[in-house]
Amino acid sequence: MSERKIDEPTGVETTEHEWDGIRELDNPLPRWWLWTWYLTIAAAIIYWVLMPAWPGLTGYTPGILHQSDRAKVVHELAELKSQRGAEAAMLQNASLEEIERNPKLQAYALAVGQSMFGDNCATCHGPGGTGSKGYPNLRDDVWLWGGSLEQIQHTITYGVRTGQPGAGGVQMPAFGRDQLLKDGQIDDLTEYVVALSRRPADPAAIARAAPLFRDQCAACHGPAGAGDQARGIPNLTDNEWLYGPRREDIREQIVGGRGGVMPTWGARLDAETIKALTVYIHANAGAQ
Amino acid sequence: MTVVIDRNRRPEGKPGAEPVSAAGRVRAKAAGGGGLYKARVPIYPKLVHGSWRRTKWILLTLMLGIYWITPWIRWPRPSGLPQQAALVDFAGGRFYFGPIQLWPQEVYFITGLLVISALGLFLVSALFGRLWCGYACPQTVWTDLFIYVERAFEGDRNARMRLDAAPWSFDKLWRKTGKHLVWLGISFATGGAWIFYFHDAPTLIRTFWIGQAPATAYIFCALLTATTYVFAGFMREQVCTYMCPWPRIQGAMLDQHSLQVTYRADRGEPRSPHKKGADWSGRGDCVDCNACVVACPMGIDIRDGAQLECINCGLCADACDEIMVRVGRPRGLIAYDTDAAVAARASGRPAVYKLLRPRTAYYAAALSLVSGLMLWGLAHRSSIDLHVLRDRNPMVVHMQDGSVRDGYTLKVENRSFYPKTYAVTFDGVPDVRLKTPGAAATTGALSVAVDANSVRAVRVFAVAPPAADRPANLPAAFTVRDGARRVVAKTVFTSVGASR
Repeated sequence: MSERKIDEPTGVETTEHEWDGIRELDNPLPRWWLWTWYLTIAAAIIYWVLMPAWPGLTGYTPGILHQSDRAKVVHELAELKSQRGAEAAMLQNASLEEIERNPKLQAYALAVGQSMFGDNCATCHGPGGTGSKGYPNLRDDVWLWGGSLEQIQHTITYGVRTGQPGAGGVQMPAFGRDQLLKDGQIDDLTEYVVALSRRPADPAAIARAAPLFRDQCAACHGPAGAGDQARGIPNLTDNEWLYGPRREDIREQIVGGRGGVMPTWGARLDAETIKALTVYIHANAGAQ
Repeated sequence: MTVVIDRNRRPEGKPGAEPVSAAGRVRAKAAGGGGLYKARVPIYPKLVHGSWRRTKWILLTLMLGIYWITPWIRWPRPSGLPQQAALVDFAGGRFYFGPIQLWPQEVYFITGLLVISALGLFLVSALFGRLWCGYACPQTVWTDLFIYVERAFEGDRNARMRLDAAPWSFDKLWRKTGKHLVWLGISFATGGAWIFYFHDAPTLIRTFWIGQAPATAYIFCALLTATTYVFAGFMREQVCTYMCPWPRIQGAMLDQHSLQVTYRADRGEPRSPHKKGADWSGRGDCVDCNACVVACPMGIDIRDGAQLECINCGLCADACDEIMVRVGRPRGLIAYDTDAAVAARASGRPAVYKLLRPRTAYYAAALSLVSGLMLWGLAHRSSIDLHVLRDRNPMVVHMQDGSVRDGYTLKVENRSFYPKTYAVTFDGVPDVRLKTPGAAATTGALSVAVDANSVRAVRVFAVAPPAADRPANLPAAFTVRDGARRVVAKTVFTSVGASR
């Protein structure tokens, strides 16, 4: 063992480490410091006894407190649900208009609606509710089934083309695939539909397609092509195209006649959630 | 010429003599290879009388009074709001102090207060040394109170030392038990008063005893009871010496013109015991009576010079003055003095005290600057605040008539104690209409009702009519007005982009 170096002025032993002429004194730690360390060891042993600590082959030592974060979460979720009972009851008892007008109910409905929209609706309609090809945009002012609070609530509750009672939706015929119309006729009809949305189109084709539209399309889309919200028939005179605005998109739809399906949410979500979703969608949509 | 006083050089004493101070004995033990750990050398501070002791008693009473009374001061606020003058309301996310009410996002005022406190401490330390440590620090105040209790039960220094050395007896038992019970009582009152700052005091004092108070109240009461009992009863000077960073930092604050408790070695040395009637010539005024050492709550010998342990409390000065009066020499052998003054006197020049030095000027300037900023901020604090979040998905919605709609979420804060209805306008986009759920679209101002002392998130849609020449991104701003008061939040109106 080397000889101990003593710092002259203080008379304290040094560690013999030196930085730029500054030497570190090796002062002893206070005794209570040591006891604090022993105390932490004791605390660790107590922790092993009280809390889940040691892994085994099939599980772990549960500790005498049987602490479990999973059980805690289940308990807290149940507590949250009972806490929310009051607000849920308010949603249940208020009409949709009342919910939208009352700032407190509106804030609650928007919060619930936003989270429920993300969980259930965003898969098809997109997180922002802007839809995509085949899935309607819920943010603008074009509504296949109507954009009033009651109409939105009805659509969510019963869905579209589910075959269930209450759900609307007719199937557009596949004019091309089922050979109801010839290719040339479909070309003419495409020009006619393009012209309905006030876009330039071939006048000769429009003239040829006019009787065709009257016979084949007007029964559903109306003589002027304005559609019918009661049956979910699209308006052909606006600038919103569920399956795309280009000529080939429109032709494809006349040939194939697609019709999307929306689930019957009334069977999956409770009435308050559907109310909240209705208010959320209505509040974020174009004026109706 | 500057005379440098070497604080590291020990005054010449009898070689091999046992150090008289507790700290000195600890050092001696350590130097002698005392092992990895050292036990605390108990300190028995002797009661002194004098102006500094009196000042300490007055300040102690004043500060403990403030601590215990403040939570009980009421402050009238509208019903539904706390009526307590000083309250940190964690559950409600508010800080109340008299007429001032702060929201969590205004935490910079608390930061500013801490900066002011730090700068104030720097300035006071540079001017007058560690006054905080000696007079105002809770560790000092509570330790003082605990020693007062100890003295009441066990007597002064000599009686306490005798009692500790004596074998257990009924007399020792009841004195020790009584002391610890009173200590625990004071500790509980300390921890108990702390929690009143975080809850309504009159409510909490009832709910606390019937087990209805929040768990945090019990936890923090127990925590502070324990720390008070341990720190003021047992740890005492060790908290300052080992745990507190301030003694280390203060080395950078002090210079040779800072006042600190000083043994005027120029006057005191050479020291030696003095017989009554003996000649004072050829010797110093220090009669080596150790009165300063036994009075010291930190267990140091101030005659060794300025030390890390010294908290500048001045009790040794009081102790020395008593002796100096008795032996018929002038007071102030130990006094608040500066290194510069001692050095000047030692070299025969008159002592000069310099309050204005670059360091004090910097500290004072920084202190005034931060205090000024804080006061200005507090005075110009608005009771309304507004934050605008622009919709990112979708950025823009195109309507069938060619108009363009942007969505915003407005967070309108009403920091007043009364419900308000604000007028919200949107500027920067010509002919814009505003729409909020549950109300009709308007070309004028939207009216938004916000409850007292709360924040409301409002969805607002701005609809601009078709316009071919509108830039893709138009700078715009929301304004929230309450009479003459208004807050503006800038944003952007986007006209271009896909709706889906």
